[in-house]
Amino acid sequence: MFQHDRLNNEITLFQKIKNLDYILLISVILLSVVSVFVMYSTDGGEILFHTKNHFVKLAVFFPLMIFVSFFNIKFWHNFSYIIYFIVILLLIWVSFFGIKSSGSQRWMDVYFFVLQPSELMKIAIIMCLAKYYHRLKIENVNSLTSITIVLSVILIPTIFVVSQPDLGTSILIALSGLIILWLGGVKIKYFIYSFITFLISLPFIISFLKPYQKLRILTFLDPDRDPLGAGYQIIQSKIAIGSGGLDGKGFLKGTQSYLDFLPEKHTDFIFTLFSEEFGFIGSVTLLILYSIIIFRIIRIGSISRSNFARLFCFGYAFAIFIYIVVNLSMVLGLLPIVGSPLPIMSYGGSSMLATMIGFGIVLSAKINHKQMIA
Amino acid sequence: MIKSNSGIRKTDVINRRMFIIGAAKVVVFVGIIARLFSLQINENKKYLTLSDKNRIREWKLPPTRGNIVDYFGNVIAGNLKVYQLHIIPEQVENFNYLLVRLKNLLNLSDKRIARINKLKSELKPWDSIIVSENLSWSQFVKINNYLYDLVGVKPVMTISRNYPFSDVYTHVLGYVSQPNEQEILDNQIIQERFVPGMKIGKLGLEKRLENYLIGTNAIQRYEVNAYGKRINQLEHQKGQQGSKIRLTLDTEIQKACGNLLNEKAGSISVMDIYTGDIIAMYSSPSYDPNLFLFGISQDEWQLIRNNPLKPLINKTLSGLYSPGSTIKPIVALSALENKVIDTKFKVKCTGKMELYGQTFHCWKEKGHGWVSLKNAMKQSCDTYFYEVARLLGVDRLKITAEKFGLGKKVLGEYFDIEKKGLFPNTKWKKNNLGKGWVLGETLITGIGQGYIQSTPLQLCMMTAQIANGGYAIKPKIIVDSNPISYEDAKQSMESGLLFDTNSNFLLDKKLFKDKKNIKIVQEAMFSSTNEIFGTSYKSRIDDPKYQFAGKTGTAQVKRISKRERELDLELEQIPYKDRDHALYVAYGPYIDPRYALSIIVEHGGSGSKAAAPIAKKLFKLIIDRHELRNKQSNFERITI
Repeated sequence: MFQHDRLNNEITLFQKIKNLDYILLISVILLSVVSVFVMYSTDGGEILFHTKNHFVKLAVFFPLMIFVSFFNIKFWHNFSYIIYFIVILLLIWVSFFGIKSSGSQRWMDVYFFVLQPSELMKIAIIMCLAKYYHRLKIENVNSLTSITIVLSVILIPTIFVVSQPDLGTSILIALSGLIILWLGGVKIKYFIYSFITFLISLPFIISFLKPYQKLRILTFLDPDRDPLGAGYQIIQSKIAIGSGGLDGKGFLKGTQSYLDFLPEKHTDFIFTLFSEEFGFIGSVTLLILYSIIIFRIIRIGSISRSNFARLFCFGYAFAIFIYIVVNLSMVLGLLPIVGSPLPIMSYGGSSMLATMIGFGIVLSAKINHKQMIA
Repeated sequence: MIKSNSGIRKTDVINRRMFIIGAAKVVVFVGIIARLFSLQINENKKYLTLSDKNRIREWKLPPTRGNIVDYFGNVIAGNLKVYQLHIIPEQVENFNYLLVRLKNLLNLSDKRIARINKLKSELKPWDSIIVSENLSWSQFVKINNYLYDLVGVKPVMTISRNYPFSDVYTHVLGYVSQPNEQEILDNQIIQERFVPGMKIGKLGLEKRLENYLIGTNAIQRYEVNAYGKRINQLEHQKGQQGSKIRLTLDTEIQKACGNLLNEKAGSISVMDIYTGDIIAMYSSPSYDPNLFLFGISQDEWQLIRNNPLKPLINKTLSGLYSPGSTIKPIVALSALENKVIDTKFKVKCTGKMELYGQTFHCWKEKGHGWVSLKNAMKQSCDTYFYEVARLLGVDRLKITAEKFGLGKKVLGEYFDIEKKGLFPNTKWKKNNLGKGWVLGETLITGIGQGYIQSTPLQLCMMTAQIANGGYAIKPKIIVDSNPISYEDAKQSMESGLLFDTNSNFLLDKKLFKDKKNIKIVQEAMFSSTNEIFGTSYKSRIDDPKYQFAGKTGTAQVKRISKRERELDLELEQIPYKDRDHALYVAYGPYIDPRYALSIIVEHGGSGSKAAAPIAKKLFKLIIDRHELRNKQSNFERITI
C-alpha cells in the first residue's frame, strides 16, 4: 500500500473518496439493489441459493471496485499489458485443465469461486488496446504493423474463447477490441471494407459453425419452426415480456417465471423476468439507469487528461452498451440466442467481477482525471 | 511539443469517433425501446393470452344428469353421492406396500391390481388413479380409519346415477354406463362434454333423452407450471344439471304391476283414455339397472341373460303376441260400421264350423247355440266371429284395426326397440308371402290368431280409443310443453272440436262412422265382465266406482292337435313353452271411463283365469289414485 501511495502521492485517501463519481456509484448501487430483488423473485419469493450468492458477490465485488479505484490510473496503465497476458495464460490454462460443463470448457476453480477467464478478457482487452493506442503515434495508427498487432491482440483471445466454445463472449471480446481500433482513429474505410468482406464470407463462416449454433440462427429467423425445442426459449421470453404490459404483473407475480416457463431466468433471461414483473415502465427505467451509467463513464473519459483513461472509458462505455444491447436484443427476439449476461443483473460471478473491476478503473480515472501519462 | 500536439490531435480523433458512436448508441437504445413498446403495449393482449394459455389449464368434471321424476314428482332416476378411492402416485412413498394394504382392505382382485399398475405407468405422477369407483360406506369408513398408513390415498366423494325404485322402471328408463368409442363419436354433445368416468344413457329414455339429461360440465381452472403440475386452483365454474324430465307414469301403479306379475313373464300397460298419458308400462320380469352403473359382474350378467323369462326384452313395446279374443271388439265394430251385421244378427254355434273341408273350432266344444253380438262377445264365441269375419273380409277389418292403432308404433319416437306388429290383409300376404289369401285365414284373423301380431301397448291403446267413444289419442310418456288436462281432452272430444296441441289445428279424430256402433261394442264388453256367463265375470267389481268393462283373450302359441283337444289337458300338464298366452283388455269405470289397460301373461293359460283377475286388483288402485292425479295439475313444462 505504501508503495502505491507513493505512486500517486499528490492525492490523499480522503480526497480520493471525495473525488469518486457519486452519480455513477449511486447508479451502480441502485442497479445492485434491483438485481438482488429480481434474483429474489427468480427464487420464487424466497431467499434461496441464487439470492444469497448474488448478494454475497455484490458485497465482495462492490468494495473491490472501490479498492480498484484507489489505485492511480497510471498504475492500471503500467500493468495493462501484464494483465492482458495473465488473462491469456488463464485462457490457455482453461483450454487444457478447465472445468467442463454442459459441453463447454470455460471455467477454473479458484477454491472459493469458479472463475471464467473469458469474462475478465472483456476488460483486459480494452486495457491492453487503450494502452497501445495511448502510446502509438497518430501517424502510425493506419500502418500495416500496428493494425496487424492490434488485430492479433484481438484475434488470439477470441479464438481461444470461440474454441471453448463460447460464441457470445468471443463476439463481445472482439467488439470491445474493435471499438478501441475505431476510437484510435483507424480509417473508416477499413471498417467498411472489412464489414463488406465479413458479409460476403458470412455463409462461409456459418458453414463452420457447430450444429447447435446453426440451429440457433435458424430458430432466430423463425422461432415457430420448433416451438417446444429450439424455439422454446425465445417464444417463452417474448410471451413473458409481452404479457408484462405497461406496468407489469407486479413484483413476485411473473407467472412465466415462477411457473418455470422461462428458461435461464437467473442468467441470460433475467431481463425477461424483470420486464414481465415491472412492465414497459420498469424496463425503460432500467434502460435509463444503464444509460446514466454509460453516460457517466463517457463523461469521465472526456474529462480525463490522458488518452489511456479516455480510451478506456470510451471503450468500456461501449462494451457495457454492447452487453446490454446483445442481451436485450436476444431476449426480445431481435438477435439469435448467444449466451451473454446483462451486466450486474445477471447471476454470474466472473461477469460481475469483470464489470466491477471495469467500474473501478473508470472511477480511478475519475479520481485521477488530471493525471498525465507519458 | 510535437508529442503534445500529437496527443491533442489524438484526443480530437478519439472525441470525434466517440461522438459518432454516441449517436449510434442513442439510435440503438431507441430501437430497443421501440421493440419493448411493440411487445408490451401494442401486442400486450396477444402475449397475455399466450401467457394465460401457458399457465391455465382447465379440468372438466363429469356433468350431473338431470333427474327423471314420475307424474307426482318422485325421483325415479336421480343422482347419489358415491365414495371413490383415488391414488396420487407422486405422494405415495411405497407403491407396492400401498397396493398390498389396499388389496387386503378392499379385497381387490389381482386383475384390478395389475390394471392399477398399468395406469400408474401411463399417467403422470400427479394424475390420480381411480382404485375403486363405488366404495360401500363400510369400506369408506375403513379406508378413513387407516388413512394415516395410506399416504397418497385420497377418498373422494362424487355423484353417480341412481335408480331408487330399482327394477320398477328399468324397461322405461334403461340405464347409464360408460360409453364406448362409437357412442362418443356419434353424439356431438357427448363428444364435447366427455370426461373419463362419465356415464351415458345406454337404453330406454336415458338414451333417447341423452341430450336433455346430460347437463354441462363443471370446470375447474388450475394454474399449472411448465411441466403440467397443478400449482393452485383459480376458479370453479359450476356446471348445470341436465333438464328434469317428468313422466306420465305413476310409481305406485307401476310398482303394483311389478308385484302382480311377480315371477311371471308378461306386461301391463295402463293409459289415460283422453289425454293418452301412459300411467303404467311394466314388462316382467325386470332387472335392477343399478347393477350396470359400475360395470356389471359376469355372474350377474349371465343370470339376467340366461333367465328363460327373458328380462332383457321390453315386452310392452317389443313383445309380439296374437291378440286372441281381445281383437273381437274391433271385429264387431268393423262389421257394425260396414253394416255387415246389426245387433239382431245371430249365428248358431255348434262348437265348430266347417269351411271347405276344414274344421274351425269354438273354444266351447258343446257350442253356444244361437248367439247375438252381445252374447257372442260376452261368452267370446269363436263361431260367431268366424262367421262375422267371413262376411266382413279381412281387408275391411284391417282398415278399422289400423284406425285403432294396430300395426303401427304407439310411442315410436321414444323407443327405437318398439315393434309395429302386423295386421295382415290380402295384399300383404301376396306381397310378402307371394301367395293368395285363403278364406280360412280370414276366419282365424277374426279371433285374433294367425298372422296377426300386436304389442301389449297397441292393445291398450285400442281399448282406450274404444273406451273414450272412438276418438284418436296420441299416447305419451313424457309430460311435454303442451299438456292437456283430462277435462279439456274429454270435453274437446265430446264436443267434436278436436284441438291438436302439437299442430294447433282442429282435427277430426273421429274413428267411427256412427257413434252408436261404439256404444254397442262398449256394452258388449261390459256384459263380458259384468253379466253372468261373461268370460271375466269372476273378476268383476260391482261397486260402480270401480266397475270396469273388458275382454279376455287366450292366444295359442301352437296349433292344437286333435289329440290334445280330446285330452283337454289341465294347464300344469302342458309344457310351459306350449301353454297359451293369457290376455285381457279393459277400461273403467264403466259409467264415466277414465283408464284403459292391457294385461298379458305369457304362457299363463286362459285370459279369464290368468289375466282378468290381475285387472280386478289393479283397477281399484288406478281409480283410487285418480283424484290424486287430477290434483297434480302443476304441469312442469319442458320442451322436447
